[in-house]
Amino acid sequence: MEILKLIGVVIVIVGFAIKLDTIATVVIAGIATGLVAGIPLDEILTILGDKFLSNRLATMFVLTLPVIGLLERYGLKDKAVDFISKIKAATVGRIALLYQAIRVLSAAFSLRIGGHPQFVRPLINPMAQAAAISQYGHIDEKSEDEIKGIVASAENAGNFFGQNVFMAASGTLLIASTLEEQGFAEATALEVAKWSIPIAVISVLVAAIYYTYFDKKLNGRLLNGKKA
Amino acid sequence: MGDWKQFNTVAGEVFYVIIAIIFVLVAINAIKTIEDKRKKYTTFLFWIVLAFTFAIGPHVDKMVTGICVVVLAILTGSKGVTQGKGKELIPEETRKHADRIGYKIFIPALTLAISAVLLASLLPKMSGAVVLGFSGLAGLISALVITKAKFTESASEGVRLMDNVGTTGILPQLLSALGAVFTVAGVGEVISSGVSAVIPEGNKFIASAVYCIGMALFTMIMGNGFAAFSVITVGIGIPFLIMQGANPAIVGALGLTAGYCGTLMTPMAANFNIMPAALLETKSQYTIIKAQIPYALVMLLVHIFLVYFLAF
Repeated sequence: MEILKLIGVVIVIVGFAIKLDTIATVVIAGIATGLVAGIPLDEILTILGDKFLSNRLATMFVLTLPVIGLLERYGLKDKAVDFISKIKAATVGRIALLYQAIRVLSAAFSLRIGGHPQFVRPLINPMAQAAAISQYGHIDEKSEDEIKGIVASAENAGNFFGQNVFMAASGTLLIASTLEEQGFAEATALEVAKWSIPIAVISVLVAAIYYTYFDKKLNGRLLNGKKA
Repeated sequence: MGDWKQFNTVAGEVFYVIIAIIFVLVAINAIKTIEDKRKKYTTFLFWIVLAFTFAIGPHVDKMVTGICVVVLAILTGSKGVTQGKGKELIPEETRKHADRIGYKIFIPALTLAISAVLLASLLPKMSGAVVLGFSGLAGLISALVITKAKFTESASEGVRLMDNVGTTGILPQLLSALGAVFTVAGVGEVISSGVSAVIPEGNKFIASAVYCIGMALFTMIMGNGFAAFSVITVGIGIPFLIMQGANPAIVGALGLTAGYCGTLMTPMAANFNIMPAALLETKSQYTIIKAQIPYALVMLLVHIFLVYFLAF
C-alpha cells in the first residue's frame, strides 16, 4: 500500500489546518511516515536526528537577532517611522505603493521595518485616509473600509515578496537547506536570494497597476458623488 | 579544496555553538522570569535540549539528536513552552537614541545584508553557514560601533528577540528535515505518480502551473507557506521541474513566493489577514483578504510564467 506513505502529508495538512502545535505535528508526521514505510523506530530516530543536524543552516538566522534587537533598542523603528511619515503622495494608491516599495526594499536588506500594529494602524492607514479626505472632501464607509484593505495588503505583499532577497531570511534558508538536503547543493542561499529579486520587483510593478486602478475606482465613486 | 572543507566544518561548528549559547541564555531567562511553576522548567528544558543538539549533537550518535527532537515535540505539544519576559522597549528611550544616532542606525543592517552577499560572491567555496556567521559578526561590530552599546546588551537583545520568535523559530529546520524523511521513505514517488496523471509527460508549462498552484492551494489550506514548501517541492517541484532540467534555486525561490500568493487569500493565515483586520477595525473580518485576492491571483499567474521562462 504505497498510498499509505502519504500519512505524513495528511498529518501535516490536518495538523496545520486545525492549528495543532506545529513542531509536534511535524515530528509526528515524520515518525508516522517512517513507520508506514517499514523503517524500524530506532532507524527513524537516527534519520530524524541526522537530518535535523544537517539542516541547522535553516536556523542560522538566529545570529542576526542580536544585531536586529540592538538596532531596535537604539531607535531603528523610530527612524523608519520618521522616514515613512515623510512620504508625500496625493492619493491612497500612491501612499500604499510607496509604502510597499519601501517595505520590499528594506526587507531585501534585512530591515524588518513594517508590521500591522507598528506601521499600518498608527501611520499608513491614517495617512491614506487623510489623503482620500483631502482629495474627495468626504469618504463613505465602504471606501474607508476598502482603503484599510488596500494598506493592509501593501504591508503583507511588501513583507512576503521582499524578504527572501535577504540571504539570512528564514524563508531563504528553508529553501536552500531543503534543496541542499535533496542533493541540489548548487541552490545556495546566495542563488536563492538572487532569484528572489525578479518577483520582488514584479510584485511592486503589479501593485502599481492594481493601486492605480483602485484610485480610479475611488475617483469614479467619490468624485461623481461629489458632483451629485 | 580540502582546506576549505575543514575550515567550513570548524568555523560552521563555532557559529552553531554561538547559536547554542543564545539558546542557553533564553533557557536561563525562562527560569528567572516565568512565573508558572511547571512551564518555568519545561521551557528551560526545551531551550537546553535544543542547545544540546546544536553544540553537542554532531559529536554523539545521531539517534540521540533524534530523541532530543522528539523531546522538543513533546514539550511544545503539551503546551509546556512559553515566553520569558525580556526588557521591553521603552518608546521614550528608543526615541532619544533615534534622535542622537539618526539614520546611521540603518548602517549595521545594511552591513549584515551586503557583507553576506559579498562574502558568498567573492568566496564561493565558503559554506552558507560560515558566510552568514561572518556577516552576522560584521553586522554586530558595526552595530556596537554605531550605537556605542555594550557587548552584553547585544546578548540580551538577542535573547529578547529569540524569545519573541519562540519555538516556531526551529520550524524551517524541522520542515527541511521532514522533507528529507519524506524522501527516504519514498513519499515523493507516491505523490509524483499521482500527479503524473495530471501532468502530461514532459509538458513543462503544465508542470510549472501545477507546482505554483499546488503551493498556493496547500498554503491556503495549511495557512503556512513553509510547511507547504516541504511537501510540494519534494512531491512536485523536484520530479516534474528540477529533474526535467529546471534550475533548483529558481524553482525553490519562486515556489515559496507562489505559496505566499495563497497566504494572501486565506483566513488560515490569521496573523496576516484576520488579526490586522480587527486591529484596523474593518467592517468585515475579510476586508483585507478581499482587497488581496485580485492582486494575489495576478501574482500567481506571474509566478507560473516566471517558473516556465526563467527556470528552464
